[in-house]
Amino acid sequence: MAAAKGGAVSDELEKKIDFKVIGKSAVRVDGKAKISGAAQYINDLEFGPGLLFAEIVESPHAYARIKKIDTSKAEKVTGVVKVVSGKEFPFRFGLYMHDRYVFAQDHVRFVGEQVAAVIARTPAIAKKAARLVRVEYDVLEPVLDVEAALQDDAPLIHPELAKYQHVPWFFPKKNSNIAHFRKVRKGDMNDGFKSADFIFEDTYTVPRYAHCSIETHGAVGLFDHSRRLTVWAASQSPHTQRHLFAEALAPLGITHKDVRVIAPFVGGGFGGKAGVSMEILAAALATTVQGNPVKVMWSRAQEFYNTYQRQGVVAKMRVGVKKDGTITALEQKLHWDAGAYVEYGANVVNAAGLSATGPYRIPNVSIDSVCVYTNLPPGGPYRGFGYSEFIFGLESHLNEIAKKLQLDPVEFRLKNAIAEGDTLNYGGKMNPSGLQECIRKAAQEIEWGKKTVSSDPKKATGKGFALFWKAPAMPPNASSTAFLKFNEDGSLNVLVSAMEIGQGFLTVMAQIAGEVLGIPVEKIRVETPDTDRNPYEWQTVASHITWSTGNAVKKAAIDAREQIFDTVSRALGKDRDSLYLEDESVKSKREPAFGLKLRDFVINGIMMKDGTWRGGPIVARGMFMPEFASAISDPETSQGGKPNVHYTVGASAIEIEVDRETGKVRIPKVVLAVDCGKVLNPDLLKGQVTGGMVQGLATVLFEDMRFSDEGKLLNANFTDYKIPTAMDVPDEIVSIFVEHAQPDGPFGARGVGEHTMIPAAPIIANAIEDALGIRLKSMPITAERVALALLDRK
Amino acid sequence: MMMKKSISFQLNKEMRTIDVSPNEGLLEMLRDRIGVKSPKCGCDRGDCGTCTVVIDGKTVRSCLVLAIEVDGSELTTLEGVMNQGQINPLQQMFLDKNVFQCGFCAPGMILSATELLEKHPHPTREQVQEGLAGNLCRCTGYTPIIDAVLEHGGCKGGCRE
Repeated sequence: MAAAKGGAVSDELEKKIDFKVIGKSAVRVDGKAKISGAAQYINDLEFGPGLLFAEIVESPHAYARIKKIDTSKAEKVTGVVKVVSGKEFPFRFGLYMHDRYVFAQDHVRFVGEQVAAVIARTPAIAKKAARLVRVEYDVLEPVLDVEAALQDDAPLIHPELAKYQHVPWFFPKKNSNIAHFRKVRKGDMNDGFKSADFIFEDTYTVPRYAHCSIETHGAVGLFDHSRRLTVWAASQSPHTQRHLFAEALAPLGITHKDVRVIAPFVGGGFGGKAGVSMEILAAALATTVQGNPVKVMWSRAQEFYNTYQRQGVVAKMRVGVKKDGTITALEQKLHWDAGAYVEYGANVVNAAGLSATGPYRIPNVSIDSVCVYTNLPPGGPYRGFGYSEFIFGLESHLNEIAKKLQLDPVEFRLKNAIAEGDTLNYGGKMNPSGLQECIRKAAQEIEWGKKTVSSDPKKATGKGFALFWKAPAMPPNASSTAFLKFNEDGSLNVLVSAMEIGQGFLTVMAQIAGEVLGIPVEKIRVETPDTDRNPYEWQTVASHITWSTGNAVKKAAIDAREQIFDTVSRALGKDRDSLYLEDESVKSKREPAFGLKLRDFVINGIMMKDGTWRGGPIVARGMFMPEFASAISDPETSQGGKPNVHYTVGASAIEIEVDRETGKVRIPKVVLAVDCGKVLNPDLLKGQVTGGMVQGLATVLFEDMRFSDEGKLLNANFTDYKIPTAMDVPDEIVSIFVEHAQPDGPFGARGVGEHTMIPAAPIIANAIEDALGIRLKSMPITAERVALALLDRK
Repeated sequence: MMMKKSISFQLNKEMRTIDVSPNEGLLEMLRDRIGVKSPKCGCDRGDCGTCTVVIDGKTVRSCLVLAIEVDGSELTTLEGVMNQGQINPLQQMFLDKNVFQCGFCAPGMILSATELLEKHPHPTREQVQEGLAGNLCRCTGYTPIIDAVLEHGGCKGGCRE
């Protein structure tokens, strides 16, 4: 595949094999701050004695009309500064669709929705006064189930849907609860099913999940007396937040240059801190108490029910297949429970719809991915962005098909696995892919085909296998930029605005700049951004920043290098083409004896014989936008356009031991093989595999979100919503890296952060089927569910 | 207004005296009134362990303790485990192995690991898992942390009982 046009970074470095920094496990640049307690998160920042605290008044109903809000009692409490409700902010906002409000207007649409806020001198006073705000409701019948919401007579959750502003690639259906309908049609389904020997049909369901970052959301807003709005936030999206704040608060006369977002370290994101959710409250409330900073910190319970949740899905699928295992057709109907507001979640539905075949070569495809409003908390981005959800059903179903055809599930997958150049669902071509190699290596590592037996007769053993893929879901013009500036000692500051959320982004950017400029990582500082100082970045989501921001940093480093060569050749008369950078010096291929330390001139320049100077401070810039991408396609088929910049693919395998009485699963070994192109930092990548896999295993083995019949989340805490502890991890997690370079990625890298949790659910489901002969078609597959299924069979 | 009481305790080897309300939480006092920020608040109900501090040699979730209870005690937070301004050998191991990601759980996790290694200088894998079970981490999948503690204890993969 030729390097993509437009944004591609082509440079002789791509051919360089003996990297100094790239491909090495450099120690994290933020490591010392994090192991010493020096790292500051939102709640560690000090704002002085003027800091105010906001407490939110929440809806107790899933669906109701607000009749009256009486704030008079709360306002009388000593220490209360202001009580604010929807009437102060009658503005809609959102990332991809403007369907969300700062505070509820005439209706509340989920339990926990913000109706009003009390701003007070202390958190305790705010809390006490919030209980005194009286809200009268007309309670309405909530719509809590996705299929019920699709009925013709279902109450409309957003009657004004047709008026909402949205991106051009969304297709809402007016007078329905369908906020977006992504339709994919490729080939001819009649032919596809006609040429099949068998058609297998089934339905799989995946419930909602919570991100469970250990740090909850928090934001502090300050609207000063010059009408400048600064927001400090635990954020994956500083620039997008600035943009959305400026858009939402434009009626108050606030413009982009007046808004500044400062993002300290983030205590876990996983998608939850992308876009704008609760942060809008800090921004809006600040404007009501000019001159005073106001803090909004989410409690653990609020973190569960009023940020974003991973959306639930009901997946109905039909697969046509020949006797020899060739897949001829796939039909997927994905009905997503997207919740009360879908300004972000609708794009999850969109992305999943475009890719719901999984990494398979299927000539005839029909996919309906339907975004449905319900009266549950807003759905939104969660590591995997819809792929974990459809891969559970798809990979479970394909495993069943292999078994029914008496084919080996791994051979069956190998036969149909997508390869470079194959036609994608929307018509584009598949990028370089080591999928076949990933499948073979994962199978070999788990000793596929070799049956393990437990010495304990109470235990059954089994193995499971699944493939995965994912592409970044982003607007086609999502861009990254970077500034580079040198210091007097030749050390370097890299200014970027993508976020360090734990993945090691800052370190990898230092590695990229260091590789180009011949500077060790220890001499490079990269920090979390301030939108006033750091250049533009869309958001830290979609597993795309190593690729996208990495390209911008690399271009900036090349820009710096060219300035350096320019100065040296101009001042010292050196042949420009002979110059190169190594060991923090400029060297020459022609003159081995020549060496000029960067520290000797990158700020002060080079002095000439007459005492004048050449050069000066080196300040460089880089920008990357994928100019080849387009989200415009035929709404009836999704053909045309190039919505996805690349897919990262892989395979995963697991060995389990299940207790036949308790249903408890133990995992001796799990393997994940992935091709994310050139591995830039093996330690950090391994960290993504280990952490992502355990997070994925948790969704299938432990986490179990429960709502009451009235739509209230019943287990919004870590006692009742179980995430794994150190006791719950597999005995062994093996990472395998296959490296087929991404032509337009920095040093050949492509994204990987989300992918490692995507196959976790189906490998467990398939291993349980292998061990017990029971196919569980809905998640989670907790010990209780396994034990009950075993009882049912008896 | 409830009567405030003056309490004294050692914090990271320094004697501190402060007036506290009877209902004031220890985590709140440390973070908001004394300015020690390494203990974090992740759940405020003793589930997550990010607020872990050491009181008289034992790790405790400071969100479940009243400030008034530490009168006369010896307290250590992550700020107090450094060696003359430098990170200690266990921290160095965590740093070299790139074990933490977002770092939010690190202060509590390091204190729990320190206590575990004092109790079991050469721990088995199970002992490490048990010793860290009270500290939730959502990023790492625990494995790199467990492995680093085992290596610090002298046995890669875990010592035998």
